[in-house]
Amino acid sequence: MRQDDFQPGGDRFPLTRRSVIEAARCIDAQERERALEALCAAYWRPVYKYVRWRWNRPVEAAQDLTQGFFAELLERGLLDKFDSNKSRLRTYLRVCVDSFVMNEDRAGRRQRRGGSIPHVALDFAAAEEELGATAIDPAKIASPESLEEFFEKEWVRSLFALAVEDLRELCEQRERSRTFRLFEAYDLEGNEKSSYEQLSKDYGISVTDVTNALSWARREFRKIALDRLRELCGSEEEFQREARAAFGWDAK
Amino acid sequence: MKFLSDSALERLREGAEAPDLAGTRYRLLERIARGGMGVVYAAEDENLQRRVALKVLDVPGTDGDLANRLVREARVLAALEHPGIVPVHDVGTLADGRVFYTMKFVEGQRLDKYIESVTSVPDRLRLFLRICDAVAFAHARGVLHRDLKPANIMVGPFGEVLVMDWGLAKILRSGDSKTTRVADPDATIFEKPKQSALSGDSTEVSGVTGHGTILGTPGYMSPEQARGDVELLDARSDIFSLGALLRFILTGDRESGSAPGAVRIDKSLSAICAKATAASPAERYPDVQEMALDISRYLDGLAVGAHKETLLEKAGRFYRRYRFFILLIAAYLAMRVLILLFLHR
Repeated sequence: MRQDDFQPGGDRFPLTRRSVIEAARCIDAQERERALEALCAAYWRPVYKYVRWRWNRPVEAAQDLTQGFFAELLERGLLDKFDSNKSRLRTYLRVCVDSFVMNEDRAGRRQRRGGSIPHVALDFAAAEEELGATAIDPAKIASPESLEEFFEKEWVRSLFALAVEDLRELCEQRERSRTFRLFEAYDLEGNEKSSYEQLSKDYGISVTDVTNALSWARREFRKIALDRLRELCGSEEEFQREARAAFGWDAK
Repeated sequence: MKFLSDSALERLREGAEAPDLAGTRYRLLERIARGGMGVVYAAEDENLQRRVALKVLDVPGTDGDLANRLVREARVLAALEHPGIVPVHDVGTLADGRVFYTMKFVEGQRLDKYIESVTSVPDRLRLFLRICDAVAFAHARGVLHRDLKPANIMVGPFGEVLVMDWGLAKILRSGDSKTTRVADPDATIFEKPKQSALSGDSTEVSGVTGHGTILGTPGYMSPEQARGDVELLDARSDIFSLGALLRFILTGDRESGSAPGAVRIDKSLSAICAKATAASPAERYPDVQEMALDISRYLDGLAVGAHKETLLEKAGRFYRRYRFFILLIAAYLAMRVLILLFLHR
């Protein structure tokens, strides 16, 4: 990221990123590629896990289908057909995945892909490991609600994981590595027994310092996650809806 | 990239919910409640060293529907200075981009909880009259509440009543209100948008609840509101809600009064509820004062306008109203009869 992308206050992330939907329709090839990279980075894990879970495909076939799907997204310009007034991008992509897998089945195609998809490292081994660690209720399988629920959950996991990565980078840049370690220890790996007191002992700092560090990290995490989310939405209304879904504000 | 477990996702969500109060004079204390638009927290105003309630949106941005609605709610509250309406202190945008406003921290109970401790019907009616006062004041200022229900009424420790949650309020155009005759012309700021501080968004609801949008609570919402006929709404729509609220206050149930522990109500009160909740606005009370007057008449033992009494009912009411004197006269007459009988024996 360039220096001029930063906010005047020194924040690492731009105030508003351009929506990937707009950017994908742009005539500028670089801009289009950046948009697809952002989309692919946020969605490849949910798509891969969804193909494995919903379509019950073996590892190698699911990898091919995932790569194939993003290549098709690019080749057939599927994002051009998306209308944020009619559905959420997340739901649209899930439906596209379903029809893509069905079409591939009908055509009997199973070819190695990957040449034309954006330059995003697809760590399938890690995704497979995550899938094994994800609690899935077998009774829920195949109901339309559960498919949407599964995809949404994996999408949130992917979005938050990217935001955590961004936060880690930000902490490194700002020389606040300890802040990130505290955040990691309490918010990412913590359990009911975790406490600010324990962290203050472990790190040899006051409880107030722990409180302030965590408060800063959460604030930045929220900002980063919402910024990434805004980029993945087609309109302000969709962003508002998706933010409520991602942060669980509708359910509370 | 780090794998985030389900519990990590939950913790991240919880951590991200708290508003960023950096740069404000407020210090976060605790979460009080969650509503449709956002969250209400208890916070401390560090300058004035007092507790306030801070209502904040979930999502950042100042130009969305919810942000418009929250700002409008704050402005409506600011314009309605009345002991029965919660006062607003401040409105603005936090460092995290979320719109917020602060208001008086109300200590007390929601009406649906409080009412359980009030057993006498007259006491319940007097409580209801205080709600009517606040709503009538808002109508006089050209504001409809549109979401009157037990959950939006707070009763303080000294029995003071506060009408809360004006997020769905509709600002009437001049002439819409049936209560304009009581309005102070200098104070009806919503009826003179060009001169008011609210300027552009003061005549309607800024598209937040335009025609066809259904906002409100089933059971307390008038039929015209439930149909989404926003243009047709006037004070009588709130009167419908007040009727449903009165029924709840009297019976514990907004529909039939069949809830456990329900209080039996007499025909006059039942008629008041029925008139207020008539399907056609034309059949309802024309304004809140008329409805309140009927309640006051009932409390004074007078005939109410909503119910035509039979001779027997009139006699019963007469007896109830003058029971003391009737019993006194009856006792006096009985005594005289006993004395006469004693003297003639």
